[in-house]
Amino acid sequence: MSHRQVIIIGSGPAGLTAAIYAARANLNPLVIEGEPSSTSDQPGGQLMLTTEVENFPGFPNGVMGPELMLNMRQQALRFGAEFLTEKVTKVGFGSRPFHIEVRDQQFSADSVIVSTGAQSLMLGLESEKRLLGHGLSTCATCDGFFFRGQEIAVVGGGDSAVEEATFLTKFASKVYLIHRRDELRASKIMQDRALNNPKIEMVWNTVVQELIGDQKLEGAVLRSTVDDSTRTLNVGGLFVAIGHRPNTDLFRGHLEMHDNGYLITKPDSSYTNVDGVFACGDVQDQIYRQAITAAGSGCMAAIDCERWLEANH
Amino acid sequence: MADGIVTLTTASFDETVNGSTTPVVVDFWAEWCGPCKMIAPILSEIAVEQSGNLTIAKLNVDENPDIAMRFNVMSIPTLLVFDDGEVKSRIVGAKGKGQLLQELNEFLPSSH
Repeated sequence: MSHRQVIIIGSGPAGLTAAIYAARANLNPLVIEGEPSSTSDQPGGQLMLTTEVENFPGFPNGVMGPELMLNMRQQALRFGAEFLTEKVTKVGFGSRPFHIEVRDQQFSADSVIVSTGAQSLMLGLESEKRLLGHGLSTCATCDGFFFRGQEIAVVGGGDSAVEEATFLTKFASKVYLIHRRDELRASKIMQDRALNNPKIEMVWNTVVQELIGDQKLEGAVLRSTVDDSTRTLNVGGLFVAIGHRPNTDLFRGHLEMHDNGYLITKPDSSYTNVDGVFACGDVQDQIYRQAITAAGSGCMAAIDCERWLEANH
Repeated sequence: MADGIVTLTTASFDETVNGSTTPVVVDFWAEWCGPCKMIAPILSEIAVEQSGNLTIAKLNVDENPDIAMRFNVMSIPTLLVFDDGEVKSRIVGAKGKGQLLQELNEFLPSSH
C-alpha cells in the first residue's frame, strides 16, 4: 500500500486544476484519472467528447475540448503531479488516513479531492445497447464523420445538444433536433446559431420512444409530449445529449449528497461532510456546470486542502 | 512502427491482415476523436507486452474511409480483431486496459 498526502479522483477541468495547484504547493498529488470510455465518464471528462470550446477564457479563437484537456494534464505533469489511468473501485473515508482502492492496488491518503464529474444520460431503452456504435452515438466529434450526406437526429435541448447539432451539419445533409419542450435550454448564441441553420429542423415537444434497426440504426419512433401520438423518423444516425448525472455511486454512504446524487459542499468552500475530503467541479455543481467554474472550484479545493493539511498534519 | 503499432493504409490493409501469423487487432481511429487518443497509449503497452502473440495495427479512418466503410465502422474507436483474415471480434468504444485485455483474452495463448 502506498501513501500520499493528496489523492485526486477524477481528471476533468476541476481535478486537473486541483492537481496543478496541489503540485505547485509541493503536495505531490496522485491523480487517479479514470479509464477510457466513450461516455463522458473518462480521463479528461466531458470536454473529451466536445469539439470547439469557445467560452474558455484565454483562447480568442476557441480551442478543441480534447486539446484543452491534454494541455491541462501536461501542465499538471510539469509540476510533478502523478497520474494513474484506473478507476477507483472503493473508498474508505471512515478513519484517517483515508483508504482508496483501484483494480489491483491500494492507497492511503491524508486528504482526498473528489472531482469525478458527471456522465451523459442515455435514453434508457433496451435497444440502445444493441445499436450503440451502430448508428447510435454519444460522441458527435467521434462519429459525425460517418454520416456524411445522411439525415440524422440529435436528442436534447441544452448547450451540448445544440452544439452537437450545429457541428453535425458539417457532415449530415439534415439534422433533426428532437426536444421534449417547446423551447431550448441552450445559451442564446447557440440557439440562434441552430435556429438559423438551414440544415437543422426543430422537432418540438417530442421524445424518442423506441429505436428501429437490428444490425444498425434505421430510424426512431417519436412520441409527442402534447398528445402522445407517435410517428417514425427514418434516420441512420442518432446522437444523444439529454443531460448528465453526477458520478457519485462510489461515494454513496461515504459522503453527503443531495437526492439527485450531487455531493453537498459547505457554502463558499469545497469542504464535504468528511474532514479532509474535498469536492469540486460538476460532481457538486448542479447550477453552473461549466469548464471554467469546474476549474475555479478545483483551485478552491486545492487551496482548501493545502490549508487543511497545514492545520492538521 | 516506433511504438510497436503497425500503421495500415488502404494499400497495405489486406496483405497485413491476411498475411499475419498472429491475430491482428486493428484500431480504427482519427485525429479528432478524444477517446481514440486516450486508448492509444494502452494499445502501445499491449503491443509491447503481447509482442509475438498479437499484432496491433491502426487505421486512420479519415485517410482510409473505404476500409472503414467496408467493415461498417460507424463509431470510433472501434477495434476489429482479425484471425486468419476474418473478423472474429468487434470492440466498440474506448475501454480501460483491464477490460480490453479481458476482451482480447480469447486471442491470447493461455497463460501458465
